[in-house]
Amino acid sequence: MIDKIRSADRRRVSMLTSVGDRFRALPKWQQAAAIVALVAFLYYLPLLGIPGLTWLRTDSIAGGNNWAGVLFVCAIYVLVAIGLNVVVGLAGLLDLGYIGFFAIGAYSVALFGSVNSPVVKWIQQEFDLPPTWAVTWAVCLLLSIVLTLISGVLLGWPTLRLRGDYLAIVTLGFGEIIRIVARNATGLTNGPQGISAIPGPEGPPSGDNKVFGLIDAKPWYWLAITMVLLMVFLVRRLEHSRVGRAWLAVREDEDAAAVMGVYPFKAKLWAFAIGAALGGLSGFLFGSRNAFIDPTQFNANLSILFVAMVVVGGSGNMIGVSLGAVLLAYLPERFREVADYRWLAFGLAMVLVMILRPQGLIPSRRRARELKDRAAAAEEAPAHV
Amino acid sequence: MHFDELIGHLGQHTVDGLSKGAIYALIALGYTLVYGVLRLINFAHSEVFMVGTFAVLGLWTAFGVKNNPPIGQAVLFLVLGLIAAAIASGGTALAIERIAYRPLRRKNAPPLIFLITAIGISLVLVEVFGLLLPDVAGGALPTLFGRARQIVGMPTIIQQETLLQIGNTAITNIQLIVFVSAVVMMALLDWFINRTRYGRGVRAVAQNPETAALMGVNQERVIMLIFMLGGIMAGAAALLWSMRFGFTQNSIGFVLGLKAFTAAVLGGIGNLRGALVGGLFLGIVEVYGATLFASNWEDVIAFVVLIVVLMFRPTGLLGESLGRARA
Repeated sequence: MIDKIRSADRRRVSMLTSVGDRFRALPKWQQAAAIVALVAFLYYLPLLGIPGLTWLRTDSIAGGNNWAGVLFVCAIYVLVAIGLNVVVGLAGLLDLGYIGFFAIGAYSVALFGSVNSPVVKWIQQEFDLPPTWAVTWAVCLLLSIVLTLISGVLLGWPTLRLRGDYLAIVTLGFGEIIRIVARNATGLTNGPQGISAIPGPEGPPSGDNKVFGLIDAKPWYWLAITMVLLMVFLVRRLEHSRVGRAWLAVREDEDAAAVMGVYPFKAKLWAFAIGAALGGLSGFLFGSRNAFIDPTQFNANLSILFVAMVVVGGSGNMIGVSLGAVLLAYLPERFREVADYRWLAFGLAMVLVMILRPQGLIPSRRRARELKDRAAAAEEAPAHV
Repeated sequence: MHFDELIGHLGQHTVDGLSKGAIYALIALGYTLVYGVLRLINFAHSEVFMVGTFAVLGLWTAFGVKNNPPIGQAVLFLVLGLIAAAIASGGTALAIERIAYRPLRRKNAPPLIFLITAIGISLVLVEVFGLLLPDVAGGALPTLFGRARQIVGMPTIIQQETLLQIGNTAITNIQLIVFVSAVVMMALLDWFINRTRYGRGVRAVAQNPETAALMGVNQERVIMLIFMLGGIMAGAAALLWSMRFGFTQNSIGFVLGLKAFTAAVLGGIGNLRGALVGGLFLGIVEVYGATLFASNWEDVIAFVVLIVVLMFRPTGLLGESLGRARA
């Protein structure tokens, strides 16, 4: 039985890789055309009405169908997965506190953009500004990226010299610290009451907003998917750049990389900071769409969900992790009846994937080869079992 | 900052911290044993503890234990609870090793894969005890596991009363029992590892697996042994926790496990006596910190301690490894 599943799986993977190979063998213009078609399809997605697939109940709209809202969540999670993939998949650092960066991103738009936040109120008082004043959405976007980048460096600077498994635990602690600070520092974050009236691109949420309203999620999805495509492009460029090659080298063998003139600490810090910024960006989108955030939305389970997206999809492969993110965001929404069991399912999926195919659903070729080498080495030296 | 409060009741806070740290130390042993032999952080160990508390809860509920039973019965229930918790926790730890870690060890997987698997296992256990058992078994076994993801109360086995009064420091009977039994359990474990034949096998594998295999030590059996020992210690911690705090929940393992891991690192991971020192030290630091700032900052203090220790002394207070102290 298991052998049958295994061979079916092997056939599936070889089919996927052959699709990849065939795509790369196409002439340039056909490749471009395929990509344009895919992008057009992604933008068309919220208007698509396939019964069954797009039938998603929601409680926020009476009798409504929240397909676009779910797509928005999927897009945000894809953004998270791409960011975490830089850290986990490319640089090989297990970050269990990614929710911390997500939270910092969301809180930076809330703290600076909302008129209800203590920070904005303090600035209004200090500089005699009108009570409707708050930092503009676009500036908040920059702020959140910069703040998460800085916090990534601040966390990475002392901890990236540690061994991989220590790093995982420290980052887990970091995620919890961020959440507890958000809960306890009432003077800064309103504590458990949370912050409301977080602005969107058109300013604070209100019934007058033409495009980015509270009900219709389609524009939000288009905004998010634009960010996703932009970031996919940027990360792809990074992957094939000098620093991207350094990440892979450090992941595979840190000592060898150091001997070859790659400074591992620097490469890791870059990965950490870039991953953090991407997490911040997705947190920013989340906060701005939700218009309200409170500390309970950022608990440690989500960090584990994020890691699950990356490893189930296939860490190191951007298409793989995006698929993982979409699956793990979409399936619980589609099967609401059993959604209570989703954490159980995620846990099982993580264990099974790690034991049966540690390279994930759509593996990165290089990573699959690396794992195979290690397994072969284990067979040659049976004493090491 | 409440310096007056801290200095004025320094003795009291130290006692509180010691009794808190004793539980951390018992759980920390599980991390340290596994790390010492396999160089692996058994992330799912916190859930081994959680399962232990549920075993105690299940046993006490099954026997229909009421609040404040007579002393003879109380001792009986505590002993039975210890046995149940040790079997449940030890069994869980063994099962985790068998299901999750052994296939990976065969494939010589990188450490991160072990860690991710452990996170998955721990998620599964948390959900099984939070959701599956209350939903599925709850109908057949009423109130045994409580409602989904809720805190479940346990009967008070021993009424808390002040035993000793030194100045303004009061030591309660429960604090004393927790501290003494934790230290006794650890002394037993220390004796087992350092003085018995099996312990020698454990130390040998920790020092050099290949040579140990050549000398006829069955490595698989040693690995199973350390998982079981760690589980039993977690079971003991689970009993002490149930006695002292009188509740459990499917998610209690997470923060407690992180703190126990901090304790293990603080004392020097892989070092048995280090786990004791680290646990007690962390307990005291936490209580002092909570007094100085506010009690809702308690968890942050533990994590900050962890980060600071790893930055400045990653090998801990007493130094790493089960092997080096061996000779």
